[in-house]
Amino acid sequence: MSESIIQVSNLSKRYVINHARKARYVTLRETLSNSVISLGRRVHRAFRRSAEVEPPSNREEIWALRDVSFEVNEGERLGIIGRNGAGKSTLLKILSRITDPTRGRVRIAGRVASLLEVGTGFHLELTGRENIFLNGAILGMSKSEIKSKFDEIVAFSEVERFLDTPLKRYSSGMSVRLAFAVAAHLDPEILVVDEVLAVGDVAFQRKCLGKMRDVAQCGRTVLFVSHDMGAINSLCEKAVLLHSGSVVMTGSARAVVAHYLEASEKLYSPLRGSVRDYGEFRVIGIRATQSGRVTEVIDCREPFSITIEYDVMQVVRNSRLFLMLRDRTGQLVIVTSDYDDPTDEALERRVGRFESAVTIPGKLLKAGPLYATIGADVRDERVVFLDADVLHLDIVDSVSDALSGRHQRDSAIAPVLAWKTAPVADQHQDLLRDSQAQLTPADRGAHE
Amino acid sequence: MTAAPLIIEAGRTEREYWKDLWRYRELFYFLAWRDILVRYKQTAIGVAWSVLRPLLTMLVFSVVFGKWAKLPAYGVPYPLLVLSALLPWQLFTNAIQEGSTSLVLNANMITKIYFPRLIAPASTVMVSVVDFLISLGILAFFMAFYHVPPSPRLALLPCFLGLAIAASLGAAFWLSALTVEYRDFRFVVPFIVQFGMYISPVAFSSRIVPQRWRLVYSINPMVGVIEGFRWAILGKEVEAYWPAFLLAVVAASALLLSGVWYFRRTERTFADVI
Repeated sequence: MSESIIQVSNLSKRYVINHARKARYVTLRETLSNSVISLGRRVHRAFRRSAEVEPPSNREEIWALRDVSFEVNEGERLGIIGRNGAGKSTLLKILSRITDPTRGRVRIAGRVASLLEVGTGFHLELTGRENIFLNGAILGMSKSEIKSKFDEIVAFSEVERFLDTPLKRYSSGMSVRLAFAVAAHLDPEILVVDEVLAVGDVAFQRKCLGKMRDVAQCGRTVLFVSHDMGAINSLCEKAVLLHSGSVVMTGSARAVVAHYLEASEKLYSPLRGSVRDYGEFRVIGIRATQSGRVTEVIDCREPFSITIEYDVMQVVRNSRLFLMLRDRTGQLVIVTSDYDDPTDEALERRVGRFESAVTIPGKLLKAGPLYATIGADVRDERVVFLDADVLHLDIVDSVSDALSGRHQRDSAIAPVLAWKTAPVADQHQDLLRDSQAQLTPADRGAHE
Repeated sequence: MTAAPLIIEAGRTEREYWKDLWRYRELFYFLAWRDILVRYKQTAIGVAWSVLRPLLTMLVFSVVFGKWAKLPAYGVPYPLLVLSALLPWQLFTNAIQEGSTSLVLNANMITKIYFPRLIAPASTVMVSVVDFLISLGILAFFMAFYHVPPSPRLALLPCFLGLAIAASLGAAFWLSALTVEYRDFRFVVPFIVQFGMYISPVAFSSRIVPQRWRLVYSINPMVGVIEGFRWAILGKEVEAYWPAFLLAVVAASALLLSGVWYFRRTERTFADVI
């Protein structure tokens, strides 16, 4: 049955940014003093706020979404991809009714649950048991529903022994497990997942992804926002590519992912000359260097390094800066972090400007395009920032010889590793004797 | 579950909203339950606190206003006069104090999931009602102590309680929505509470208000509510001033309806500005 379960037509969302103030919210004091200055405007705004009011000069409009339309059929798994700030999260917020669209219409035929909200409403003073009920209710489960699934939830979370312990005594890993356990036992017709907003470190997010796959296998409709192109490819049939609020492409996941990755450098690269501010971190730039030269074409036989330049704005203890390389299909090739073999700088993560470089040996990677994602996370806790597909590298093999055949292999990497083959003298004799024994079965009978 | 499809549109006034409110009633109980549980886990003296507060206030008011200022009690023990007023008054002030911050404190829920937002301030009012029930026990104790028998008028107490809840909800809706929009509004709330204490007959009987001002005075819905409580609890000694009750019904309804109206109007932008 392919009745469309979600219908999005001409959806637009506008945010108004007020440049006159720094804070996110207004204070009454400010408003009052403004009103003394321009009483008329204030009255106008107060009474006609919902209507279209032309913005005064210090207000800027940002269209987070612009005329977005698409349809999702029942049981379909749709991936939503795009750069940071492309409007993915806003779209999910509208679909889960957290915020209202400015224009357009959405028709949803089914119960929506979103995994944007893992652990929302958890209270540290309450016990694990109490939090399961509270969180379940917040996610829209009824009390009887929670009761019937309680044992399953507890088993999944692996915190049986601490059920009556207040959450404040839980390790962050434990509370995340508990939170995910509750969310995973929701039984919606439509599941909305935002990987970026999910809790936990990168490893935990990958574990959640596994659970997501199980859910998707049960024929449920899934909307999946992710930077993990491999996950999109393996989980979704269809995908929508968003760029600055508009739909750039809709189609099979494979085609959309390929287009996104190929075009990502030209179209979607934010790196040229723009500093990206993530609060605690500010990414200045990323570059690849080989033989002393900055380049994006890498000779696969020589080592090269990737350098990330960034400002640490705030001390983030135990944070690890990581680099992930993917190939054309989204398959992860390398995941590495500066915490694997931590230096003092990595451990302290002091405030200031830093450059972190990682060297990747030669004769390791296969020829073909590679896409680098960088980010930082705190183990078992959260992702500090994630900058997906920010560097596009072309790995090439300049020579064609006996070593070139490895590029055709199915594995993600094709390292040239050291093999050593030498005859082992004694064993050689044994083998010889065994083969002779087989030739004379009469002898064997005599032994018995 | 094959309910009618959900339509999300700009500025759509959903008829669904009230149905949703009913659908999410369990969340309402759970939030109230959470707040009560947390309060009694966090405060060292726990339940004792909701007993001590009205008790100490009653003591101070009786001494200051009854003994020293010698305000008339019209044949009722002064502590009972105060206590019967404190019941609805503390319900009201608790509700607006907790209610006004209910949205801001639950900001992470509001930015991450959908639920009818009215539930957040409403559940804090529910918590105040629980406190009210505890205070009711104290009142019963003092009525027995002063040998004031319960009169049949007590049957009407739920009506006055309903009126107090309506006024509390209305005020909580207004203040919570305003606090989201203007963060410094939380500084206004304590002032409202303090000011309200003087213009409501908590520490004294409203019969000391000059007759010609009595009607104007009764525009404050809490005047009617408090006098209603006294009338129902204290028996024959208290005579009814019906215009005040009528005005209280009108004012409380107006507060509630306008509160819902303002809340619903600003609700859509909560997630964006909070």
